[in-house]
Amino acid sequence: MSQLAENIDSKLHVLSIRSKFPLLNQEVNGKKLIYFDNAATTQKPDCVINAISTYYTEYNANIHRGLHSLAERATAAYENTRATVRSFINAREVEEVIFTSGTTESINLVSNAFGRKLLHPGDEVIISELEHHSNIVPWQLICQEKGARLRIIPVDEQGDLDLSAFRKLLSAKTKIVAVNHVSNSLGTINPVKEIVKSAHESGAVVLLDGAQASAHLDIDVQALDCDFYAFSAHKIFGPTGVGVLYGKRQLLESMDPYQGGGEMIREVTFEKTTYGEIPYKFEAGTPNIADVVAFNEALNFVKQLGDKEEILRHEHSLLKLATEKLKEIPGLSIIGEAKNKIGVISFIIDGLHHFDIGMMLDAKGIAVRTGHHCTQPLMERFKIDGTVRVSFSIYNTPEEVSIFVNSLKQISEKWR
Amino acid sequence: MEISENVPASMTEIQDEIIEEFSFLGDDRESIVFYIMELGQKLPELEEKYKVEENIIKGCQSKVWLTADLEGDRVIFNADSNTDITKGLISLLIRVLSGQSVDNILKADLYFIEKIGMGQIIGSQRSNGLVAMIKQMKLYALAYKSKLS
Repeated sequence: MSQLAENIDSKLHVLSIRSKFPLLNQEVNGKKLIYFDNAATTQKPDCVINAISTYYTEYNANIHRGLHSLAERATAAYENTRATVRSFINAREVEEVIFTSGTTESINLVSNAFGRKLLHPGDEVIISELEHHSNIVPWQLICQEKGARLRIIPVDEQGDLDLSAFRKLLSAKTKIVAVNHVSNSLGTINPVKEIVKSAHESGAVVLLDGAQASAHLDIDVQALDCDFYAFSAHKIFGPTGVGVLYGKRQLLESMDPYQGGGEMIREVTFEKTTYGEIPYKFEAGTPNIADVVAFNEALNFVKQLGDKEEILRHEHSLLKLATEKLKEIPGLSIIGEAKNKIGVISFIIDGLHHFDIGMMLDAKGIAVRTGHHCTQPLMERFKIDGTVRVSFSIYNTPEEVSIFVNSLKQISEKWR
Repeated sequence: MEISENVPASMTEIQDEIIEEFSFLGDDRESIVFYIMELGQKLPELEEKYKVEENIIKGCQSKVWLTADLEGDRVIFNADSNTDITKGLISLLIRVLSGQSVDNILKADLYFIEKIGMGQIIGSQRSNGLVAMIKQMKLYALAYKSKLS
């Protein structure tokens, strides 16, 4: 295995990276685990696992208000993660980084706190056919409430957004454009910089759903010039239950709080409450301190791996290998073959249901995703009810790809 | 739809048979999944005219259609699904319940499901679907019981 794994076109030391992920070293259903469901969630390196344990063993305390030493230590660690996130996404200021429970909450925060204030009857919000339900439903809800209209950027056969259609949708009515940086179902990397530029020329505000981008691409919110950027810790080797919302200071300051409670206030009387400054205005209640603290380790881990381009190069080599080999399987069609993709492949096999494929692969110790991947409108656009999706990460090897493809070949030959 | 003229084996006998078949497969998940797939592929397909919205079982992840016909005091079940594994699971239920009397279906204790470790084999999502399927089969029996009385 070692030779194959180190032989790929990448400077990443995959085997040494793998050794830092204890979960990967196990058998599932009597077979060596192959984890190809990284777009759903990534596994955690031991530095992240240990950080959670250390936090609870050594300095668990509620943050910000406490005066005692433990509270100081916990607060410092929590705020340290904020500083690391700022640098990770190249935000101008730490105050522009808000912690949430995940990408879904980040988007809901914007649709509620910003959308509700900004949108009026007749206004329009543009999303795309590629979106995850969590970047569809919050906008549907707020559009229904405000009498605004949801417009959809279509996707072509390859899985690319139709940018000329997008430009035609833009008008003075467009108030918000919310699209994903990378598609979770197809892996398409969207030309978000262009999208932001066009949207801004029309006077619209742009939210980018970066859930699928953060572990694979360099995120520079200043270079992108997006107004909001949302992502989740658990998709980039961090704990579940932590998300980030980046927002430009001026916009965040103009927004009313999303939830009321402790932490977010300046002064409370029964007559009137004044709110704290950003980012605390949007972090009501005791946050998920332990997991935010551990998230810092995940980001440092990624930083130590080196250039994000190296990560993508490794994943691309797996993508290329898998794509070529999968195409040899009779009856298999890949859904989404955009030129610009991360290491995600969605496919169907004629005559075999994706659930059956997923279950048979699982019996062989191979974890993949099956179903609509929370993108039902996209499935409808391709006239399918779901796909099998494999998604690669830094710890996956070409040998795993070979085992997967051979297993799939056997399944297809036997059952199709 | 074929109707057996013979009195079917008792539900206990059939369930014990299934338990024995699965015990031959041991703990090897691949063998178990393959066996269920095989059962699924063997289950006769439901005619297209029965694959309609009103025959769909709600609560299943995959599409499942179920029909129930009364023959004397016995209920004949037929079902289909768009996935073979689900069809395999359905075929087990049909093997136990189809052709049994309305009263027997209503009081059926489907102990084979636990005995063969179905919960672990199919996971929690599909288990909910299986529960929905059993519930629907019993509801049919209940409806026919009131028709008979």
